[in-house]
Amino acid sequence: MVWMILLDRVTKKYGRVATPALDRISLHVEPKEFVIVVGQSGAGKSTLLKLLTREERQTSGKIIVGGIDYDKLKDRDIPLLRRKIGVVFQDFKLLPNRTVFENVAFALEVVGMGNREINHTVPKVLDIVNLKGKEKRMPMELSGGERQRVAIARAIVRQPKILIADEPTGNLDPKHAWDVIAVLEKINRYGTTVLLTTHNQEIVNKLKRRVVTIEHGQIVSDRARASYNVI
Amino acid sequence: MKRRFITFSRIISTGAVNFIRNAWLAMAAIAVMVVTLTIVLFSLIANATFNNTIQQITSKIDISVWLKDSVTDSQRDKLMNDIKQLPNVMSVSYSSKAEVLQKYIQDNSGNASLLAAVSQTDNPLPATIRIKPRDLNKLNDIKTYLSKPEVAALQSDQPSYSGDRKEAIDKITHATNILQRAGIIAVLVFAIISVLIIFNTIQMAIFNRRDELTIMRLLGASTWYIRGPFVVESIIYGIFSALVSIGLIHSMFIAAHSTLQASSLGLLDINYSGQYFRTHFWLLLLLQLGVGILIGAASSVVATRRYLKFKTKK
Repeated sequence: MVWMILLDRVTKKYGRVATPALDRISLHVEPKEFVIVVGQSGAGKSTLLKLLTREERQTSGKIIVGGIDYDKLKDRDIPLLRRKIGVVFQDFKLLPNRTVFENVAFALEVVGMGNREINHTVPKVLDIVNLKGKEKRMPMELSGGERQRVAIARAIVRQPKILIADEPTGNLDPKHAWDVIAVLEKINRYGTTVLLTTHNQEIVNKLKRRVVTIEHGQIVSDRARASYNVI
Repeated sequence: MKRRFITFSRIISTGAVNFIRNAWLAMAAIAVMVVTLTIVLFSLIANATFNNTIQQITSKIDISVWLKDSVTDSQRDKLMNDIKQLPNVMSVSYSSKAEVLQKYIQDNSGNASLLAAVSQTDNPLPATIRIKPRDLNKLNDIKTYLSKPEVAALQSDQPSYSGDRKEAIDKITHATNILQRAGIIAVLVFAIISVLIIFNTIQMAIFNRRDELTIMRLLGASTWYIRGPFVVESIIYGIFSALVSIGLIHSMFIAAHSTLQASSLGLLDINYSGQYFRTHFWLLLLLQLGVGILIGAASSVVATRRYLKFKTKK
């Protein structure tokens, strides 16, 4: 079996803090899988995502994503890795001085795509996330939900093998939250592996997907087609 | 290849667009760069002017050798030739007794009694050889030559490089040496301060946008794709600053020329400064552009580095 994401007894400690943020967790994700990671804030979800995008380095253990062993990854190859992973950040991380269109286009410019192709691709993706007509707005002029959708558009525009979405419904009302989930399910159907973290019990229960629960830096449950109850 | 070209042209155009979008920040940075570049340019011109003044003073210094009336033409020619062979001698000129007298009459044309005294006697003034030295610091070899017995025998008096005159020449030499060194040090100090200020300004401008840098990094942009536009933007700062600074100095000279009727301020010969600026205009412009662009580019490379580093700590 070739895993899309493989974590083997991964531990992450920050500085001299005694308790590790992640404590010997192992996780295997198949290609095209849709995995929901749940857990209270501070449980270690964000650390897990930061390790996957190589924002942080694991203290010990092995991480292999899409066949790339992170221990053997050279600094200059990190950008290449990140281009294969789409990320929707919890705080959006939009470029403040660029329009909606330019923010999404940036992800394509980075890989050296030509302007004609960019002008063809970006409107399509903005259409998928219902942002047609707002191409020229600046991020400051958008609502929280709209910014969220720009972030999603930017994450999926490169058609990544893996999409990581960190609380993408956190700031949205239920209707918009379901729109976002619908987009994630759609690109998952097209073959992208999706890793979603959320607090939203209703979404988890309705999706009926694999649910990984993290508590105090450890995986306490990992069930297929699961539901989630806040204890 | 095509991708490289696309990336390169994107870096340039992004830099230019950022420059326009961050107009206020750009203005602040350019203002600081203009002030510092102007100070450097000004101190450079002041130094050149100063050197000119010093040169003018030192070029007036020469050594006079007074010949006895009995010296024959061939003895005189041989003496002049020998003096010319000395390494530190720039030029040698000769004035006959008659010429010296004429000059003396000209110089003292207001003084009737002196002139009367001269005209009543035989010409009492000696024929004179004037020696212009290259370097005032090395007059000793000329002096040694002139005081050789066979050379001294031809002279009616000690050469002018002696006694009070010698002391005055030595003092001027000493003073000009110090002033020249002070000028170079001043230019260097101003240049170093400017580099630090410009560096700091660009670092601040980039610090303001550090979030942008980290976001680009997370989206998988390569180091130069992120850094490039900042370098381009800083180079634009440099170009603008150099042009404004040159323009500022230029208009300053025009203003000084029309309002200040005096041609000098103390040791600063403004006429010469203006002339120096005009004759060296392209060189100075090139220098300003070079300094502005180089410091701008180098500062932005260094300032972006810390935000582009990957975490290596486990």
